[in-house]
Amino acid sequence: MSLSFDRIKEKLNILADAAKYDVSCSSSGSVRKNSTKGLGDSSGMGICHSYTEDGRCVSLLKILLTNHCIFDCAYCVTRKSNDVQRAAFKIQEVVDLTINFYRRNYIEGLFLSSGIFKSPDYTMERLVAVAKKLRLEENFNGYIHLKSIPGASDELMREAGLYADRLSVNIEIPTISGLKLLAPDKKHEDFTKPMLKVKNEIIQYKSEKKIIKSTPKYAPAGQSTQMIVGATGESDKDIMYSATHYYKNYNMKRVYYSGYVPVAEDNRLPAIGTQVPMLRENRLYQTDWLLRFYGFGVQELLNNDHPNLDMDVDPKLGWALRNMQYFPVDINKADKSVLARVPGLGMKSVHKIINARRFRNLNWEHLQKIGVALNRAKYFIVCESNKWEHRDMEGTKIKGLILQNSVGKFRKEYSNQLQLFS
Amino acid sequence: MNATKTLIYDGSFNGFLTAIFVAFDEKAQIADIQKNSASQSGLFSETETIFTQMDKAKRVWNGIHKKSHNAIKDIYFAFLSENKGIELVLYRYICKLFTSETSIASDYSDDIVLKISQLARSVGREKHRMEAFVRFQLTKDEIYFANIEPDFDVLPLISKHFRSRYADQQWLIYDVKRKYGIFFDLNQVEIVSLDLDEIYTNSLNKSAHFGDEEYNYQDLWNNYFKSTNIKSRINLKLHKQHVPKRYWKYLSEKKAV
Repeated sequence: MSLSFDRIKEKLNILADAAKYDVSCSSSGSVRKNSTKGLGDSSGMGICHSYTEDGRCVSLLKILLTNHCIFDCAYCVTRKSNDVQRAAFKIQEVVDLTINFYRRNYIEGLFLSSGIFKSPDYTMERLVAVAKKLRLEENFNGYIHLKSIPGASDELMREAGLYADRLSVNIEIPTISGLKLLAPDKKHEDFTKPMLKVKNEIIQYKSEKKIIKSTPKYAPAGQSTQMIVGATGESDKDIMYSATHYYKNYNMKRVYYSGYVPVAEDNRLPAIGTQVPMLRENRLYQTDWLLRFYGFGVQELLNNDHPNLDMDVDPKLGWALRNMQYFPVDINKADKSVLARVPGLGMKSVHKIINARRFRNLNWEHLQKIGVALNRAKYFIVCESNKWEHRDMEGTKIKGLILQNSVGKFRKEYSNQLQLFS
Repeated sequence: MNATKTLIYDGSFNGFLTAIFVAFDEKAQIADIQKNSASQSGLFSETETIFTQMDKAKRVWNGIHKKSHNAIKDIYFAFLSENKGIELVLYRYICKLFTSETSIASDYSDDIVLKISQLARSVGREKHRMEAFVRFQLTKDEIYFANIEPDFDVLPLISKHFRSRYADQQWLIYDVKRKYGIFFDLNQVEIVSLDLDEIYTNSLNKSAHFGDEEYNYQDLWNNYFKSTNIKSRINLKLHKQHVPKRYWKYLSEKKAV
């Protein structure tokens, strides 16, 4: 008994370590009711059961089935030519780990990916087998995220979606030229073909579901993808235009941005020891949010005049400072979509303002209590008060004042960067 | 003119609702509403002891519910915050609710409404945290056991979540601070009180109540937690913000091995 636990522990360490560069850990968006007194119930809301010391959410048991791989993609720690310890789980071992972790309330479910061994279909078949076993033999209603293996057949992608909540293919390199350089064995179509299949199956499921209620679920939490940031010299505009393309044409639920962590000495890539571009990654996520929830168009935030995001201010503030003609906005009158564009107002504050102003006109004190970030917002709004003299200032002056009077969590990094040019 | 009154109730939510009923019924000037375990008599007010009556509590619950669905949730959650003096704030909130034509639950520029809404949110956050931070340990007699020490009295709020999720295993979640627990026996959830001889934290000492396999799984989880961390991205401040230190002793992944 204890001998086999030691072996499992060894495999788990290797295969969790190799899987951790996949940043998705979402466990939300899928409803699976526990109607048969089985194990697990998903209400659609994700839960982060813990957070690693790097501050990332731990929601799923995220592992590779194996890190043996026939491909040699330069950016990947599992690539064929890398000298690392290799291991492979048996199907039953993954099932047992998932069930036992889930029963102890450690996780919301499983995120299973894999190196590609023998062939894409051979690999995909084994991922599907794990999910199938969990659903049919263990009566498991927790969350399952399977990686779509680039090049896998349509039949397998169809079957995968019957058991998984989410499917994903990581595009990894935002531009086709970058992909050719770093992953010469893979073709762009290998990534997009399974994506397209999943997209079409989801559309078909949704239309059939309207007619026949018992249509079996197909990937109810949709599909996602990931791009590595800072490996191939692409601009923020390249990345976000590419992300917009995947959101639009493949109905992606999420695009993830993963700051490149150097894992190999390779003259095509940043050297080992190069700092992970975490601030840049953060700015890209903020932009992604502005596109999905705040009504911004990508060309408003990034275009040929501004191909890269500001590092010293967040993208909404950056946009506002370049577009002072839209301000100040009247807090007590402006539409929701206009309020959403005010720096310092998140969607929660917007919601509260719209509710609260039905009772009385709001003044600075009200806004402060509601939780508006007035240090930024005050330059862009008027309210029930005659103190709004900041109105005539120029963007550059406001930016200076905001930076002077606030502390940002990345401030150290960009003040270093600024010193480089002074 | 009525003299001011202090109502003393048994500490339960239904007891509190009964007190609200009495306050409205007697049109009394309320000086305070206090738990019997923590009552202090005021110098100039008379006290009245409230006996919990389900039918009266229910009428208040239904009355509030009819007025606003959001308000009833906020009231229940804020009550569970056990915040000192919460009863009187809730009483004022309920008065406001009944005298207003419109629903006041979203009037965030009103101090009492904002206070109740903020307290309710804190309790909601703690509920969500406990749904995340409960760590079951399988006892030798096949019960998945967890002890917790939540900031607020959230056991009543998390019961449903665990019941629907773990429908095929017996489990027990015990609140060490408030000395009661909820136990699921495969059919229903019961409130239980226990005499725990010790608190089962993530200490290195193994307890005889749990088998080797249990400790092996804790070990695997602890290992997984370390392997999935990316060292070059370390951010302990963020880590502590998401997993506040006061919860660490109940989390097997934070065990020092």
